[in-house]
Amino acid sequence: MQIPDLLSVIIFLPLVGALLAMVARSPQAVRMVALVVTTVTFLVSALLWVGFSVPEAASLQFTSGGFHLISDAYDIRYVVGVDGISLLLVLLTTLLGPIVVLSSWKYIQQHVRGYYTLLLILQTGMTGVFCAFDVVLFYIFFELTLIPMYFLIGIWGGENRIYAAVKFVIYTMVGSLLMLVAILYLGHMVGHAVNGGVFTTDYFKVLQFNVPISTQTWLFVLFALAFAIKVPMFPFHTWLPDAHVQAPTGGSVILAGVLLKMGTYGLVRFCLPFFPNAAFDYAILFGTLAVIGVVYGALVSRAQPDAKKLVAYSSVSHLGFVVLGIFAFTLTSLQGAVIQMINHGLSTGALFLLVGMLYERRHTRRMADYGGIARSVPLLTFFMVLTALASAGLPGLNGFVGEFLILVGSFSSTTPGMPLLTAAATTGVILAAVYLLWMLTRVFFGPVQSEENRSMPDLSRRELITLAPLAALMILIGVMPQPFLDRSEPASAHLITLMEQKRAAAPARPTPGMMRPEESTPSREDVQTVRNEWPAPEQPESVYPGARTARSDMHTLDQ
Amino acid sequence: MNPDLTILLIVLLPAAGAVLNGLLPLFWPRLRKHETVIGTVGTGMVAVPFVLTVVLFVQGYGDPHVATFYTWMGAGDFTVSVAYRVDHLSLIMALVVTGVGALIHLYSVGYMHGDRSYWKFFAYLNLFIFMMLNLVLADNLLVMFLGWEGVGLCSYLLIGFWYEDLKNSAAATKAFVVNRIGDFAFLLAMFILVREVGSLDFATIFAGAEAMSQGTISAVVLLLFIGATGKSAQIPLFVWLPDAMAGPTPVSALIHAATMVTSGLYLLARLSSLVLLAPTVMGVIALTGALTALVAATIAMAQTDIKRVLAYSTVSQLGFMFMATGVGAFFVAIFHVVTHAFFKACLFLGSGSVIHGMHEVEHSLRHKGYRGAFDPQDMRTMGGLKRFMPRTGRTYLMATLAISGIPLTAGFFSKDEILFKAFEFGLDGHAFAWIVWAVGLGTALLTAFYMTRSYMLTFEGAPRWPRADEVQPHESPWTITMPLVVLASLSLIGGFIGLPHLAEKIGLTNWIHGYLAGHEGHPGPVAEAATQTHVGMPAEVGLILLGSAIAVVGVWWSWRFFACHGLGGDALIQGRFKGLYRWWKRSYYWDEFYDRTVVRGVIGGAEHGLAPLDVRLVDGAVNAVAKAAQRISDCVRRLQTGVVQAYALAIVLGVIVVIALIVS
Repeated sequence: MQIPDLLSVIIFLPLVGALLAMVARSPQAVRMVALVVTTVTFLVSALLWVGFSVPEAASLQFTSGGFHLISDAYDIRYVVGVDGISLLLVLLTTLLGPIVVLSSWKYIQQHVRGYYTLLLILQTGMTGVFCAFDVVLFYIFFELTLIPMYFLIGIWGGENRIYAAVKFVIYTMVGSLLMLVAILYLGHMVGHAVNGGVFTTDYFKVLQFNVPISTQTWLFVLFALAFAIKVPMFPFHTWLPDAHVQAPTGGSVILAGVLLKMGTYGLVRFCLPFFPNAAFDYAILFGTLAVIGVVYGALVSRAQPDAKKLVAYSSVSHLGFVVLGIFAFTLTSLQGAVIQMINHGLSTGALFLLVGMLYERRHTRRMADYGGIARSVPLLTFFMVLTALASAGLPGLNGFVGEFLILVGSFSSTTPGMPLLTAAATTGVILAAVYLLWMLTRVFFGPVQSEENRSMPDLSRRELITLAPLAALMILIGVMPQPFLDRSEPASAHLITLMEQKRAAAPARPTPGMMRPEESTPSREDVQTVRNEWPAPEQPESVYPGARTARSDMHTLDQ
Repeated sequence: MNPDLTILLIVLLPAAGAVLNGLLPLFWPRLRKHETVIGTVGTGMVAVPFVLTVVLFVQGYGDPHVATFYTWMGAGDFTVSVAYRVDHLSLIMALVVTGVGALIHLYSVGYMHGDRSYWKFFAYLNLFIFMMLNLVLADNLLVMFLGWEGVGLCSYLLIGFWYEDLKNSAAATKAFVVNRIGDFAFLLAMFILVREVGSLDFATIFAGAEAMSQGTISAVVLLLFIGATGKSAQIPLFVWLPDAMAGPTPVSALIHAATMVTSGLYLLARLSSLVLLAPTVMGVIALTGALTALVAATIAMAQTDIKRVLAYSTVSQLGFMFMATGVGAFFVAIFHVVTHAFFKACLFLGSGSVIHGMHEVEHSLRHKGYRGAFDPQDMRTMGGLKRFMPRTGRTYLMATLAISGIPLTAGFFSKDEILFKAFEFGLDGHAFAWIVWAVGLGTALLTAFYMTRSYMLTFEGAPRWPRADEVQPHESPWTITMPLVVLASLSLIGGFIGLPHLAEKIGLTNWIHGYLAGHEGHPGPVAEAATQTHVGMPAEVGLILLGSAIAVVGVWWSWRFFACHGLGGDALIQGRFKGLYRWWKRSYYWDEFYDRTVVRGVIGGAEHGLAPLDVRLVDGAVNAVAKAAQRISDCVRRLQTGVVQAYALAIVLGVIVVIALIVS
């Protein structure tokens, strides 16, 4: 059931909603518009799940667009589509849409129109990031998310919001501007090599091209830096606690749930397949930083007196696992990383929702101000305990599936040093229990000390509706993750295979020095080899080849 | 009935009970008041699986039957299914779990009566049974790990059940975190196995074991054993179990004595043929078990809280089981798991009945205006309870005799078999087994002594609580005493499933040995170490007599001692051992040691080291860059003076420079 341009509808429906929200009469009408639009978007995106063909999950589906974005002189087009990895992330984004709208229902009372307008624009940007198959288009969507988030933090944030908002924007902007330089260079180089001299950022044209090894290194660094800041990886993480703590609940949920995934997604979508040699060279560096992030994030998390900051630092720890899984280059670990992106969105999103609900009741995030509230808010406690356990990676809940696949896959990686790094990362499993259970004890258990805590109202129906789908998914993915894994596996397998082939095709000896685009054109043979294996048809829709048999380098029995 | 369906029902019914008792009352508070319904559902959802397990047992599933339901997770070449395995080993464990579990559910109906979270208690207990069944029925390590961490979760929830007291919540967190340290090792073992054999299915692991190097096998077994020390409370990770007594007493009986804490033994027995390939690690296992048994037994001597005595006794008995594992007698370990489940559950439930009675005393005292401190678990304020609670007293005594190893009771057979196997292994040329055997004998004497002490201080002598002439406890209701009677009877006769080797002379065989380890040419699910030497009949008789004598002497000595001195006996012991006694009393300062090193190191380091570092150094660097940029702009801004003449001068200078560059 191919609906024409289904994907563009999903991307731009929220933008249309933003326009509607701008002209809606009352704040209540604005909220209703936002709720209806995000819900409808989610329902439409559910069609993606239904219509998605699992056997062809490696190839791009629901593709549309193709028109030039700037002028015909540049091969920069609007090309959108989803493969298995994108599909999951798009669905996560559209699912969180109505949840965020509902969670802000009571909390946002000032400038309601602006808030929901920005929220809807933001959703267009985020969805677009995961669907864009032109690098410049990706960049546009990537940057589009920055501005609404800036205002969301800066206007509706906490006491120190301006500092946090500016820091967030400048820090991420520094990274993405560097990436822009790399994109322009890449577009030129690829244009000269395979596109008859016409500048191109078409994803598949870049993909076919073997970037010379010396150039790979610095292009990789520029791309990876942008994404590492976004993830955020240690030591580029310090914007995160500020942004999270100051942002309103809805903003934190989006930030943790989706925006951070743009970093890990970028690594998977661009850094690895575009620059496979450099990625391999830097694997240990990234793996080490990731593992430092896992342990460091967890320890610093334990030291926070502020519940929201605790959750914020836990993201640093959790995303460390994801990055480790990505840079271990095994199919199992990559699959774990993909599902863990979804898991983190669900459970950390829920954690921020819950902390926000506490804040709405008591107007404090300090854990010391709570204590013993399990008695007054049993439902909230139930959801918090469930989410904390999911986040701590308890088997039977979603977090375990991702963590286990990442770790078991990384341990089998052939990259030297990876098993040791994996063992170090596994300590994160202990530490996650340390900081999350500490939070539970501090906030929910023990004696009730104040009257406000004793008479705290439990979850309202609206709050229950925002939490229930997340909780249900945490259990579902924990018990039966296979439908999700099946959808992303061909795409992950394809990525691993492609990287190996490109690496094999690359010249053995790196060319020294940095080169101008004309000089950096690889030898004819190189391009030819790749072309033979990955035939390049005319239309971008059909370029992405189907799934090859899953190859993994997991079993090294001859050790 | 189709066995797959039976297995599914056995596993899922407790889960259904957890949902019914947990989620429905959570969302509809009106349902919370119906104690009868909740209790019936909770107990029924364990009793029915017990009956179904008995059916499987009677049908005699000799050959392992594997029921595979669906793929849990698969990525790349790695796949794990939700699959359960029914063989003799898992059946025995499932029988204990559901049987003892059902009794303890029944007991809880009365014991938890009136608790405001009655529903939650049964939900957690049901969830525990579900997880425990996953653990024992799993056909691969990952499903087992699901159960493994799942029972840890239930343990966490139940230790912290009365969460209003921060101490309970802290004990719960401690239990979970310490267990997770063990789980960390378990995870690493799984990673190695996946890397080496590509799968976590038991059958594949055994098949692939030959291809693994000796070092790898040893590493895997050692890591699994470290995992087991967490769950089964052995040195160095035993510290959580005594604190776990903060939970309601049925929980201590079910989780922290009869079932969950034995899962480490089950893990090693399940992988026995792998463990046997790592003889060095087996020595480590046996010696760790022996040391733990001795250390815990001495600590138990000096405790005054009745539940803490039992907790340390559990640690000590688990040490005995690890001794058996370490000398390659896995079936004996499981045998002791079974008998221990009977008598230790009986002892804990008995202590629960006592505490129930002492609560009644406390209540009456408070009613009469008594304002002093009163601890219903402190043996020093008990005494003479057998007059008021005769059934509890008798069953407690029976279980005490069993754990002490009085001839023909359950504990006698299993403990003797452990010592016999250690002796045999020593004769076979393994020097460490002699140490294990000697420590085992000594600890057996201590066990008989301190367990009889706990009986004497609680049930014999004169009552020691305030106003004992006015205030008296009463025997508990039948839902509490009935399980006691059943378990006490099993403590007496349960040992006959594992008769000593000697019995073959009169034509009786060791049933549990044949059942678990199989017969000639028909191997069972549990492997055992092959021994070259044979212990002759006279020696065997001698060992049995020695074991019996130790038990009898221990009980008799302790009985006389405390009958004579009463509570003063403790002071006499303290006078005799002095400094050593203080170490026992304070559990060898083990907690303090961990607190000062690990806990303070990690948490203090995080709070005073890393967190400030993050703000000052990592974030400081970012802000420093920002400040630097600001300063540079400030400087550059000064150039924009707004004076036209200055701009003109700059333009002229610029032109000159450009021309100079072009010309040169």
